[in-house]
Amino acid sequence: MIAILDYGAGNITSVKNLLFSLKVNFVVTSDLEVLEKSEKIIFPGVGHAEFAMLRLNELKLVNFIQNYTKPFLGICLGMQLMCNHSEEGNTKGLGIIPTKVKRFPDKDIIPHMGWNEVNFHYNLSIFQGIPQNSDFYFVHSYYVEENPFCVARCNYILEFCCAVQKDNFYGVQFHPEKSSELGKKIMLNFLNL
Amino acid sequence: MLKKRIIPCLDVKDGRVVKGIKFENLKDSGDPVELAYRYMQEGADELVFLDITATENQRQTLIQWVKEVAKVLQIPFTVGGGIRNLDDVKAIIDAGADKISINSIAVKNPSIIESIAKQFGSQFVVVAIDTKYKNQQNKVFIAGGKIETELQTENWSKEVENLGAGEILLTSMDHDGEKNGFAIDILSKITQIINIPVIASGGAGNKQHFLEVFQKTKVTAALAASIFHYQIVNIQDLKKYLLEHQIPVRYAKY
Repeated sequence: MIAILDYGAGNITSVKNLLFSLKVNFVVTSDLEVLEKSEKIIFPGVGHAEFAMLRLNELKLVNFIQNYTKPFLGICLGMQLMCNHSEEGNTKGLGIIPTKVKRFPDKDIIPHMGWNEVNFHYNLSIFQGIPQNSDFYFVHSYYVEENPFCVARCNYILEFCCAVQKDNFYGVQFHPEKSSELGKKIMLNFLNL
Repeated sequence: MLKKRIIPCLDVKDGRVVKGIKFENLKDSGDPVELAYRYMQEGADELVFLDITATENQRQTLIQWVKEVAKVLQIPFTVGGGIRNLDDVKAIIDAGADKISINSIAVKNPSIIESIAKQFGSQFVVVAIDTKYKNQQNKVFIAGGKIETELQTENWSKEVENLGAGEILLTSMDHDGEKNGFAIDILSKITQIINIPVIASGGAGNKQHFLEVFQKTKVTAALAASIFHYQIVNIQDLKKYLLEHQIPVRYAKY
């Protein structure tokens, strides 16, 4: 069973709707026992990093996520929480990706909102069938800094890491569930991992 | 490079899409779910729905079609119209909308902007501003353009940004429905004084108008209704045209 980890830090309706439209069986949960039995976890996130980590700590899920061995996909804030630290609320993250999350410098409109090109650096199966420099939908004010597990980059104000992969852990800064056909394709690729 | 967004706007009354000419004379032009899907296929970057009934007994109808739209759309969409409190906001967001747009309530009770931003995040709050040039001033109007307020558009825009709005949808009432181009002056002015995205609205009549607003102002998106509904402008053609004129847009073939 696919699990959407709902830790109460943001809206998960669109991720649910995408899975519905892909006719996938899934469960929405924050229950450790259910998550332990899941074959894949989707970790969405819209909201505040500090609040989200607080919730994960309350739910006693930090350790579990860090030691999860099956495919795991963090989306937006979900990807940011996978890092060591976020400037948003000066928050300690899950520490899966050894890097920091910073606020965009105040040189242009913030948030980075809208469709932007993604430059893929590796031919990962999760990105199969996605043409180079395709557009995906972003909404965020913080970005993931350069790191050894960066697999795709995007440019807004500066070049930043917009996708990571380390072992079974995947993270995307953009919203596949809001990125039309290509977003759907990435989600499908993840489900087929 | 971040792409300029093209946003069809759908006015919904009693669960059906209509478009007012200067906010009056409504015409019925379709089912929201069907139209939403069609626009996504045509390459719309985002959609805005304004519920123009939004009376007490229409609330359930609203939630129902928002849910249906959310099921078929894999692009972001905003829902606005008649939102009175945080419960309304939560219901619409839970139904699957990506953003909510508030107008009159924000003027009457500006702290609601802060409350929504805090509870849901700034990116959920679009403040819609209806502006009209009057006695050498840009004035804010509410209640679908019927009531003039004391507010000046420049000051109000700055204030909603400070209160935590994620985006401003600026409609020029002088241009709305006229099809003779966007309100370049006020859009240019507002985008220079604030640092959140501004959506241009009101006055689109042809492809050149979109080019003009992107060339002459810093808006990140442009919205139109009837020219898309009546297929006077096709979204793919529009994007091709903008690309040919070096305006970055998301252009994908389906």
